[in-house]
Amino acid sequence: MDTVTRRRFLLTSGVVGAGALAAGAGAYSLRDLLDTGGDRDPQSRTLVLVTLYGGNDGLNTVIPYGDPAYRAARPELAYPDGEVLRLDDDFGLNPALAGLHQRWSGGGLAIVRGVGYPKPDRSHFRSMDIWHTAQPDRPGNTGWLGRWLDRAGGDPRLAVSFEPALPPLLAGAQSAGAAVPVTDRKAAKGLPAATLTAFAAAEAGESSARGRAAACFADLRSVDEMIRQVRDSADPDTADPDGEQAPATATGGARTPLDAQLDLVAQCVEAGVSTRVFSVSLGGFDTHADEKQLQAVLLGQLDRALTGFADRMSRTEAGRKVVVAVYSEFGRRVRANASDGTDHGTASDVLLLGAGVRGGWHGAPPSLTDLDDGDLKYTTDFRDVYATLLERVLDTDPGPVLADWRGRVDKLF
Amino acid sequence: MSDREAVAHLLRRATFGPTADEVDAAERAGPAATVDRLLKPPATDRGAAATPVPTLPPDPYAGLTKDSTREQRQQANAERRKQLQQVTEWWLDRMVAAEDGLTEKLLFFWHGHWATSAQKVKSARLMVGQLETLRRHGRGPLGPLVASMVRDPALIVWLDGQKNTRKAPNENLARELMELFTLGIGAYSEADVKAGARALTGWVVDRRTGAVRFETKRHDPGEKSILGQSGRFDAEAYAGLLAAQPAAATFVAGRLWFRYAGTEIPAPDGLAGADTTATLRALFSAPAFAQTRGTLVKQPVEWLVGALRQLGIRPSALPEQQRRQLLAGLNALDQVPLRPPSVGGWPAGAAWLTTSSLQARLRTAGVLAAATAPAVLARLTAAPTAGRPDALARLLVVDGWGARTRAALTPLAGEPRKLLAAGLVSPEYTVS
Repeated sequence: MDTVTRRRFLLTSGVVGAGALAAGAGAYSLRDLLDTGGDRDPQSRTLVLVTLYGGNDGLNTVIPYGDPAYRAARPELAYPDGEVLRLDDDFGLNPALAGLHQRWSGGGLAIVRGVGYPKPDRSHFRSMDIWHTAQPDRPGNTGWLGRWLDRAGGDPRLAVSFEPALPPLLAGAQSAGAAVPVTDRKAAKGLPAATLTAFAAAEAGESSARGRAAACFADLRSVDEMIRQVRDSADPDTADPDGEQAPATATGGARTPLDAQLDLVAQCVEAGVSTRVFSVSLGGFDTHADEKQLQAVLLGQLDRALTGFADRMSRTEAGRKVVVAVYSEFGRRVRANASDGTDHGTASDVLLLGAGVRGGWHGAPPSLTDLDDGDLKYTTDFRDVYATLLERVLDTDPGPVLADWRGRVDKLF
Repeated sequence: MSDREAVAHLLRRATFGPTADEVDAAERAGPAATVDRLLKPPATDRGAAATPVPTLPPDPYAGLTKDSTREQRQQANAERRKQLQQVTEWWLDRMVAAEDGLTEKLLFFWHGHWATSAQKVKSARLMVGQLETLRRHGRGPLGPLVASMVRDPALIVWLDGQKNTRKAPNENLARELMELFTLGIGAYSEADVKAGARALTGWVVDRRTGAVRFETKRHDPGEKSILGQSGRFDAEAYAGLLAAQPAAATFVAGRLWFRYAGTEIPAPDGLAGADTTATLRALFSAPAFAQTRGTLVKQPVEWLVGALRQLGIRPSALPEQQRRQLLAGLNALDQVPLRPPSVGGWPAGAAWLTTSSLQARLRTAGVLAAATAPAVLARLTAAPTAGRPDALARLLVVDGWGARTRAALTPLAGEPRKLLAAGLVSPEYTVS
């Protein structure tokens, strides 16, 4: 497979290399997770990683309203001072982020500014690969949390995604996280249970794809069980595909609403499952045109989902050990385009909340005037953030996972 | 591999799913003549003629003005959704009815390649127009295809081309044009993206007529340097430059291999021909292509359309409820024609093999088995009970069942519709 095809395959199929196939990624149900309840060290923390697909416009998320260059660069797209939710005299949050603004006031929101990587790539797919693999020079075929999983013993239930396909960040060299289906797709009727069981058997000499097709039958029973337990988030058969809540997403991201994904995370955390990493996502941030309204809708969804989740987590002992990190594959250009949108850019903010996170600013804000070809210069390498999360949330030495990366975000925890 | 197995493999990949009779005819003709016939089909196609492209009334949005009421807008939205539904159902019906299966499947390939979604385009007329363009140029050389697509209204709307102006170029279309449609990542620079966007400026879509129009005032006529060439590139010249790159032919040939042969075995060198027909000929004739038998996961549309053809079901002849169930099945399987998930197109391979997709396949297989024509069912029941699994293999054009699947099918031999449903979800049928 040529490299492009491989990467696209990796990104859209979530199957990275033979390790993932052998590990049976995708073959786990919520029941399998809940069965692990009580298996974990009650002191250990949990990481919830929120990926915003499409390139969220960081400058209209954490808004440098005090900098005249902000308004000058995007007169139509800039938020007026009065609308910005003030964080300090220079920066404020997008008006759609009222819940997060409240958390900031209580010291519960950390913002790492200007996060990026050298020689930024403006392709969604390539840049997302870089964030997933943490290998900016040459994205390989393992994800950073997949490599962590390899070292943590390789049990897929340690790293779980509620996205439709396994995201590459959870694929390791020898192991892969579990993709657990969310939506109720109604259990099959018609074929006898004995037929389904018979189909589950392996056949010698069969191709790996046919073996995988057979393995799916092995999981049907536990999935049936899951369907009884999981609240149906949206019936895919009747959902209006053009509804306002479904902005066109040309660049990927889960179809299941973020709040439904986080609901499942909450259920799992409260049940004390062994999972240490959850990956969830929201798509649609590729706002080349008419950005303001669209981004506000998406940020509103993000805000409601995150604050609802954080509130719920604060109510239990297990929940108080959860750390949430939010990122996107890149920010957008400083200057608006003529379509009242912005084109692909570079550095952006990473938001963190939860257990032990020290609220407030981290890292230096990039200059709006000292630009690299019209784009922000990054001030914090994204691997600093990853290394800090590995060390402080997953209690792991980041060295083997991140090619001996030395940087950290100081005082984040 | 026997001749029968070879032509069955070829037809399974080159078309949406051959019937047993089609394999019989191809076996008589032999593999070489079958490739020729696939690539040079007869001029008349009765199936396609019986399923003409629907004539659509003007875009319901065309009648709206800024004074239109909320109710009028909702009405127009509802009308648009109805038209898109009609077109989706028409296309599915055409895929089943057409005799020239290669052309229909190739059209679906190109649709997934230039992946444009009705979710943003919203206009059935524009989506149909893009299919017509892909049909017109899909078998030929890349040049005319790329030149037409950079002026395709649906693609322009999808990737914000109409907002791309001299004053502030919008890079979306230029970037995806090089990254996903022609060259592949790594074969161009960021400067090429910026210059390419400038070349594409000036084209706007008239939402009233659905036509594209060139507005000189919006176009950037200046000197541009793209891929090491300098000139006053406009959209056509830029498209020509891209299509002429050797990287483009190689990239597109690789994408064809990805969809027609899969990922298990790498694409052999030298597949790229002067046009897509020649590339497909090289692909089908490559020794590596034969080795990919039994490794390619059928995309949901391939799986469904193939089953409909083999079971003698025309979607348009079904009652509305069953028609809806089939489309709901595709939706649950995450592959609805005209609605690719992103500009990167649909996933492939094991991504289609998840527990949730199996559930959707089981449900849809039940609908298909219930709708199967009695005459087709009679071919199963004509065989003695013990021979029915083999009759099923012939009906579904599967080379044979392994011990596992035979053990699963045998107890169902007395219940032909259940036997059919089980065959449709078997690993041998799901992975071709």
